[in-house]
Amino acid sequence: MRRYRIRKDDSCVSCLRCVSECSFGAITASENRTLVFHHDKCVDCQRCVSFCPAGAIYITEDENRFRENSVFRKDDISEIILQAETGGVLLSSMGAREKNIPVYFDRMLLNASQVTNPSIDPLREPMETAVFIGQRPEKIQRDKEGRLINNLPPHLELKTPILFAAMSYGAISLNVHKALAAAAEELGTYWNTGEGGLHESLYPYKENTIVQVASGRFGVHETYLNTAAAIEIKIGQGAKPGIGGHLTGRKIIGDVSRTRMVPEGLDAISPAPHHDIYSIEDLAQLVMSIKEATHYRKPVMVKVAAVHNIAPIASGIARSGADIISIDGYRGGTGAAPKRIRDNVGIPIEFAIAAVDQRLREEKIRDRVSIIASGGIRNSADTVKAIALGADAVSIGTAALCALGCHICASCHTGRCAWGIATQDPELTKRLDPEKGAKRLVNLMNAWTREIKEIMGGMGINSIEALRGNRMALRGVALNEKELEILGIRYAGE
Amino acid sequence: MKKEGEVRISSGCAISGIFCRDGRRITGEAIKKSIKVMHNRSNGLGGGFAGYGIYPQYKDYYALHVFYDSQTSREETERFLDRRFDIINLSKIPVRQTSAIADAPLIWRYFVSPLPHMLQDSQLDEDEYTSLAMIRINDSIDGAYVVSCGKDMGVFKAVGYPEDVADFYRIEEYEGYSWTAHGRYPTNTPGWWAGSHPFSLLDLTVVHNGEISSYDANRRAVEMYGYSCNLLTDTEVITYILDYLTRKQGLTLEECSHVIAAPFWSTIAATEDEDERNRLSYMRNMFSSFLITGPFSILVGFSGGMMALNDRLKLRSLVAAEKGHTVYFSSEEAAIRVIEDNPDRIWAPRGGEAVIVTLEKEAGR
Repeated sequence: MRRYRIRKDDSCVSCLRCVSECSFGAITASENRTLVFHHDKCVDCQRCVSFCPAGAIYITEDENRFRENSVFRKDDISEIILQAETGGVLLSSMGAREKNIPVYFDRMLLNASQVTNPSIDPLREPMETAVFIGQRPEKIQRDKEGRLINNLPPHLELKTPILFAAMSYGAISLNVHKALAAAAEELGTYWNTGEGGLHESLYPYKENTIVQVASGRFGVHETYLNTAAAIEIKIGQGAKPGIGGHLTGRKIIGDVSRTRMVPEGLDAISPAPHHDIYSIEDLAQLVMSIKEATHYRKPVMVKVAAVHNIAPIASGIARSGADIISIDGYRGGTGAAPKRIRDNVGIPIEFAIAAVDQRLREEKIRDRVSIIASGGIRNSADTVKAIALGADAVSIGTAALCALGCHICASCHTGRCAWGIATQDPELTKRLDPEKGAKRLVNLMNAWTREIKEIMGGMGINSIEALRGNRMALRGVALNEKELEILGIRYAGE
Repeated sequence: MKKEGEVRISSGCAISGIFCRDGRRITGEAIKKSIKVMHNRSNGLGGGFAGYGIYPQYKDYYALHVFYDSQTSREETERFLDRRFDIINLSKIPVRQTSAIADAPLIWRYFVSPLPHMLQDSQLDEDEYTSLAMIRINDSIDGAYVVSCGKDMGVFKAVGYPEDVADFYRIEEYEGYSWTAHGRYPTNTPGWWAGSHPFSLLDLTVVHNGEISSYDANRRAVEMYGYSCNLLTDTEVITYILDYLTRKQGLTLEECSHVIAAPFWSTIAATEDEDERNRLSYMRNMFSSFLITGPFSILVGFSGGMMALNDRLKLRSLVAAEKGHTVYFSSEEAAIRVIEDNPDRIWAPRGGEAVIVTLEKEAGR
């Protein structure tokens, strides 16, 4: 089905660069070196546009479109036609794109100091963005001489309150993992393996690696658990709450097969639930098993999708012995998910953070556990707002991939990513240079951190922990009373 | 217009404190003189004093200073107190009517001690029992407000300039070894008596100059531990944090200063002594929700001592001085010079560096 139209203008020099760049077969060349456009194959990934030396290519929405009415929109009609032809479940990738669900970050505005207290200039005064995440005991302890005993369980130390979100080797390429790992090390933060195991070449980055244990248990072994700063039990993700995963056998080749510990060519299917976790007490057992296996030296995280009753779920997790709760919101990205699930299941991360933070405070256990928020964090302002609502830190997936070239064409599930990110095709993966990629990730995070410092300084706050849960720093616009109540913020002007 | 407690109001201020380390008791005259010098740091919408050692004849009883909006709220409160405490003495607090102070509530004073069987049944210590009862009065009895509830101490506060508040309460008739004072410059309040400083819980009193930018993070953290911040003021939050850290967690006041005005991570990293470095980073990490940012200078009064503390960037003025056994603190040097023109030593404590003074015959807190 045609969504885009490819055009070129007179400045084309027929170098055929676009032909070699297009991994979707949308641009080919005839024998006499003239370009042939296969519009129906174009996904608008912008690879050809970016690489055309003459700037001669244009990708536009196809102007031929279905007659829409107020109920049935273009996508509704084309999806019906597609499903009528194939009888299949619609697949999609990246985060939810339902336009009628607001991005609540955009409806919250930040505060600044005027007159009654001074703003602080981050160029002149220290401005602290370091965060420690993990459990905190309820009471201090002293030795016989009255000296304080360090009774803190193991923590993660982040120089900036942003982590890289879980993305598995298999869904994305080894070069992406290399870039993320190297960037995390340089930045003093963490990257997350996702559920596909950890490639041996990345073992040296263990101090900055979070390894994931998901329902398929791919690539999980004792060395894996101990080659990490923390272990994350993945229960669900925002793009597909309640749904497992499926990595097609075509991608289970070579190192992916070895790292996942799945035979070559065999589909890797992550069940929807963990088959040893059918209830919260089972989770507590898995948390403790992992702590045993890692000798209580590493924090254990539990990642869940933001669903309707996320607050009691988080409370249960906080009491399971987990050190950190990672909550992935409605707009969280994915390499592949059923489209109806992605666009219709779960709740926005803004509400989830607010509800969880408030509930844990009401139960007096907020200080016992840390919260990482993810799912649609686009920039430093979103990060600051998430922390002011109550998160300790955020993690970013899509934004990190954009830094590496992703143009959000949402075709990850095809495995043909032209930017060499969501693919295992060696011809494509080599397009991403992990060193250059790491540099770009470091640039992005440094830029965001600078902006966070400016925003904090403007508010007269010089340490990120004084921002956590500081909801007076936020005011709402275009929100109704109920939304304000759940977010725990006041309206602009109040 | 909303009154304090329904809306958060920021304010600038003047603070002053006098502490006699030898336990000598001085009248409230000196502290009034000191705070009066800083008249233009207040705007007539709040002033107050805390005195320690002022009730030697009742020093084993909790002294309650209470504001009432009506006789009904007084009767309800007294019934509440009667069920839980032995009331040894009750009276109106004597005041001098002056034209500068208007709209006074009913102001009562009680000396009480917990009923022994009630205390035993509660399985709480005396302080916790009393503080819970006082928080409950403030929280649930309409029109009643407990201004202070410590032993051998009391808070005197009102809407007005501090020197007028001193006259109103006749504080020259009280004698104490420790005094703090506050003049307030709130930005937009109709003026509510309970919103003035000092703010107090048990024997802990706080006067504060500044506006903390971490307010809501701190408030939401301390409310987890059974406190309820009814006034939405910084001072209330600071008082509760200090009460929580000292009484519930067992930290010393100096350790508290390393929590609320924690050294920067860069300072901690540069600390040579490894034990000290570990201790400081433990404190910051363990109590990260109680780090206070934004400008503040505070004087914390407690039985037998006083602490002066600035925010870690020293965004508010705070001067200290010594003369013999007497220690002075103030927002401005002039307010010290007016009562002691020739101090042995006068200095500005560094940001985040607590100055703690205690009675010479007692161990520090």
